[in-house]
Amino acid sequence: MAAPARRPPPHVTEAWPRRRAQKMAAPGASDSEEEELAGYGTALEPLPEGERIKKPVPLQEQTVKDEKGRYKRFHGAFSGGFSAGYFNTVGSKEGWAPSTFVSSRQKRADKTALGPEDFMDEEDLSEYGIAPKEITTTDDFASKPKDRIKEKARHIAGITSSIPGTTALDDLIAPAKITIGVELLRKMGWKEGQGVGPRVKRKPRKQKPDPEVKVYGCALPPEGSEDEEDEYQPANVTFAPKDVMPVDLTPKENVRGLGYQGLDPTKALFGVSGGEHPSLFTDGSEKTSNLLGDLRHSKGRKLGISGQAFGVGALEEEDDDIYATETLSKYDTVLKDEEPGDMLYGWTAPKQYKNKKGMEKEIRYIGKILDGFSLASKSSATKKTYLPPDLPRDYRPVHYFRPVITARNENPLLLQALVESTGKLETDALQQNRHTLNASQRRELLGETALKGPSPSVLEYLSGKDKERIKEVKQAAEQQMKTQTLPQQSLNISSFSYGVHQKWQMALGGQLATPSSSDFKPFAKNPEKQKRYEDYIESLKQGQKDTSESHTDPGMTEWERGREREEFFHAAVLYKSSNPVLSSRFTRAKHEDDTDKVEVPRDQEMDIDDKESAVKMKMFGKLTRDKFEWHPEKLLCKRFNVPDPYSDSLIVGLPKVKRDKYSVFNFLTLPESTTTTITQTINEKMQQNISPNKPKKPSRWDVSDKEKKKKDSISEFISLARSKVNIQQQQPESVIEEDRSRTNEPLPNKAVNESTDQKEEEESRPSMDLFKAIFASSSDEKSSSSEEDSDEEAHQPPSSVPNSESTKHANLPDTSSADVQECMAVTSEPDLVPPLLKEELDKVEEFGPRLPPVSFSKTTQEHEPVSLASSVEANQKEKPKKNKEKHKVKREHKHKKEKKKKRKKHRHKGKHKNKKSEKNSNSDTVDSSDSLSDIEEIIDLSSQELLRRLKHLPAMKQ
Amino acid sequence: MAFPEPKPKKPELPKKLVQNLECKQGAVRAVRFNVDGNYCLTCGSDKSLKLWNPHKGTLLKTYSGHGYEVLDAAGSFDNSQLCSCGADKTVVLWDVASGQVIRKFRGHAGKVNCVQFNEEATVILSGSIDSSVRCWDCRSRRPDPIQILDEAKDGVSSLKVSDYEILSGSVDGRVRRYDLRAGELYSDYIGSPVTSVCFSKDGQCTLAASLDSTLRLLDKDTGELLGEYTGHKNTAYKLDCCLSEKDTHVASCSEDGKVYFWDLVEGSLMLSLPVGRGVVQSLSFHPSEPGLLTATEGHVQFWREESHMAEKQLPGC
Repeated sequence: MAAPARRPPPHVTEAWPRRRAQKMAAPGASDSEEEELAGYGTALEPLPEGERIKKPVPLQEQTVKDEKGRYKRFHGAFSGGFSAGYFNTVGSKEGWAPSTFVSSRQKRADKTALGPEDFMDEEDLSEYGIAPKEITTTDDFASKPKDRIKEKARHIAGITSSIPGTTALDDLIAPAKITIGVELLRKMGWKEGQGVGPRVKRKPRKQKPDPEVKVYGCALPPEGSEDEEDEYQPANVTFAPKDVMPVDLTPKENVRGLGYQGLDPTKALFGVSGGEHPSLFTDGSEKTSNLLGDLRHSKGRKLGISGQAFGVGALEEEDDDIYATETLSKYDTVLKDEEPGDMLYGWTAPKQYKNKKGMEKEIRYIGKILDGFSLASKSSATKKTYLPPDLPRDYRPVHYFRPVITARNENPLLLQALVESTGKLETDALQQNRHTLNASQRRELLGETALKGPSPSVLEYLSGKDKERIKEVKQAAEQQMKTQTLPQQSLNISSFSYGVHQKWQMALGGQLATPSSSDFKPFAKNPEKQKRYEDYIESLKQGQKDTSESHTDPGMTEWERGREREEFFHAAVLYKSSNPVLSSRFTRAKHEDDTDKVEVPRDQEMDIDDKESAVKMKMFGKLTRDKFEWHPEKLLCKRFNVPDPYSDSLIVGLPKVKRDKYSVFNFLTLPESTTTTITQTINEKMQQNISPNKPKKPSRWDVSDKEKKKKDSISEFISLARSKVNIQQQQPESVIEEDRSRTNEPLPNKAVNESTDQKEEEESRPSMDLFKAIFASSSDEKSSSSEEDSDEEAHQPPSSVPNSESTKHANLPDTSSADVQECMAVTSEPDLVPPLLKEELDKVEEFGPRLPPVSFSKTTQEHEPVSLASSVEANQKEKPKKNKEKHKVKREHKHKKEKKKKRKKHRHKGKHKNKKSEKNSNSDTVDSSDSLSDIEEIIDLSSQELLRRLKHLPAMKQ
Repeated sequence: MAFPEPKPKKPELPKKLVQNLECKQGAVRAVRFNVDGNYCLTCGSDKSLKLWNPHKGTLLKTYSGHGYEVLDAAGSFDNSQLCSCGADKTVVLWDVASGQVIRKFRGHAGKVNCVQFNEEATVILSGSIDSSVRCWDCRSRRPDPIQILDEAKDGVSSLKVSDYEILSGSVDGRVRRYDLRAGELYSDYIGSPVTSVCFSKDGQCTLAASLDSTLRLLDKDTGELLGEYTGHKNTAYKLDCCLSEKDTHVASCSEDGKVYFWDLVEGSLMLSLPVGRGVVQSLSFHPSEPGLLTATEGHVQFWREESHMAEKQLPGC
């Protein structure tokens, strides 16, 4: 029993019962006895020796490949199977639209007819499958069976089909239907038998070939055979073009001989051809003529080599060509593999090129050679290329039309207009502008020689370079005549400003910017100027004090020079001051953008003042409406299911235009170093120019900010801001406020206020603590507010704004931090707002309409009225330590109380705190009664007019 | 069978208090009906967003995940998603059922005042104090908005979306209407900071509430004033306004604790509904029935018309 022991374990276990049975039955029994033992189950086949048990394929090796052997990712059966969807989803990049599930349960019985397609694989239906699905012409578009063109197509089909003559059946069974194409053609004047196209004049007839000439090989295509008879050709008569059969491009796929046609059933059965013998082996041209429908074959014309295949049909009248020259010797008699000469047996691997020349060619031409083409053995003559002509050095590839401007009086104006009309000042245009040319540019234009050296002004003598000075002294003498034009007073000016500059230069010392070519180029547009600037900086570094003078353009006037000096100086200072900071934080832009332009929305919203007045007059409509072209993002349109209105534009949002930024230095707010009127006027001019390029988003309060500067009074500022809010609403309260402000608050700026318009100012006069809230620190505010509180308590102003604090802040919508604090303090659940957040909030600036305070008191509810006093107490209990907050709470309640009181019109004047609860219950009842009275009080403002307009609204749902 | 149409009943205004929900989430910053009016959302100042059944007065779910108070919320057309925005500068997309945050859109520079889904809930639009309206894509995973509408010169306080328009009211006193189909932007100057805007149901008018205590009904196409509604008080706070379910009335919150109703055509005050003592901050009109939700302080009230019968109580309930 050694063999079973050697067996692998599964077999052992299988064999075990038998062994045991043997033992139990008879230990000393022979093998023959073994056969009597009963066996249970079927034994496994013994494994072949040396073969290992197959281990299950590990998971990582269970791969699926597609038909091309590429691995397929499996995504789980429920998420789409193999490589489905978009990143393991059933959606696409643009999302997924769930298709509504329609149960097929009810329709299951209906779907019984299963076509063969249901059992076919997709591959079978593909292009090379057994049932390729092709685009076929539907009946509507297929031509009429009796149509000649169709017939021709049938002919071709008949030729190429495996069983010739099958088309005959189709001819017999035909629906009487004219297709759309034919219908259309007919309506356009086409008649059967004609070609399609414009009518043509007949060309003069060529010399006809002699019909009797025998042509071997390919017969010439028949030409003009139809018109052989008519000789008369009027000059102005046009003919329809001849029907032309398109060249038959069907490849020869069958094994029949070239030109084999099969039996033409029309001829065979109906004898249309007049008993002509159907030719099976006509030449190609003959065939085409047949296909063209030239069915009137004359016997005489049958001249090509022709033959026959199956003899003469039974219905044929004539068989005049039974003795055709067909011999069997013309056919192959043996079927055998033809041994190709090249011994390649159809193997078409690339040839071994032995010819060196050929190889060279091959090398020369890298690329595919189309089937049916071969590389030319002779290279075509190389085209000689001529170099383009040398351009003149100052040639510009852009032509601009110079406005014809002669030296006349209206020129400046005209130029101005031209410049303005273009909207932007191109530097080229600027250079063209006669008025902007400087002297050196003019000189260049005129072709004059440059002045030698810098123009010798008196200031030049301040230069430290002696050599130059001597030289200049010489030249000065020579050129005294030319430079007399230098005005004396400008010299004064420049010397003055110059002095100031020197002072600055001293202060800055050598710390000024170092001009390196790659760094800061403020004047990159004007290379000359940039060079001068660099020189200037260079010399400044070297400690020269009069640097600017020596590097200015000699051709410039003194005024220009001064201006430039200013600019250089500012540039240097700017660069210096920002250099260490900027260089550490910024990197250069990769793409040089046009730094001289600023992007500005093309259409600006119109002037607000006009609209303000229009709103006041309630002239809504055209006056208050601005309409802009606005480009939505393409994706947004897609998401909204709206076609992109500007599908071919790349703009998003409002179209922008580039405007000149002028100079960076326009925006500088460096201390004015010069007081010369000239420079000031320049600055002013520049500022005027900038004004359209204001920062893009001025806040609503910018206007008032400007005003503030102008009038230099805070109250003015407030009143202005306030004027935006409806004034009428405030009217009744204003008087009281005025009262209060007089009695309670000592105003430091009263004098200023009183000087201004009394009424408006008083009406808008905020309480003192507002100013303190804005301008003083929080601790200040605290004390003042508490003071005010006590004041208020004492005086108890009879009917003030219900929530005087908040209203005021709203009027001055740039809500102060104190206000926010107040809001927070009022919160009845202090744990809701962590202290950190509270601090954060304090810092936050608020804009626009605020949110109401979180809660006046948690329990105040219309439906479950709880006395206010108790809630105050509760609040006080909650925050016993915070004195400030307590005050706030108190104040809040007071406001509320005041609110109620407002209606009651001074009824509860001078009441004290302990009576509040009673008051509140009163106010509740008053509230409801008030609501009724409110209705009566409604003033209908020009309701007639509004009504009229409403009725003009089309299809307004009511 | 051509019976004449029964004469339509005179539209009723919601006057009867049906439910009073104590939201327990600080001040209720906004209350919004869902698309079919069966549920409502309340935005609390305690950073939570709650989903209610206002008809029964039951709290269904609380959505927490905002970093600061929630200022506005909206539900998607299929009730499967919610979006909300808050003072934490984020816009959050929620899954209704699970209560999980699906996405958080960050990008606004200030607190986000208003949020809206588009019709198919593929885009969320949010208007912020940073004076921009941002269009967030819910389909792709792009973190940045599809487009930023930064034409406003001041904070955007209110926003509405129709099938092809975006209407935004801004504190700079303008109502801007972006027409995607025509590719045009119409900017109507109101003069006073706009707190709330809405479309009329017929899509021909826009209603704008502003801080001069006036509501104005403007013709959408021409910008002409069709109606002006005054009588309430709105000078400081961002309060809501809306149109009734059949465009017959205009409703607005007020700072004096009432809700005011005007006749749309006549412009006359029809009803001032006393709601509470505090400012009525938010309101939402039922999309198809005369039902109104108001939010004041920490409570939300649900109002129905007088003739409304209470919902049949299920035997089990």
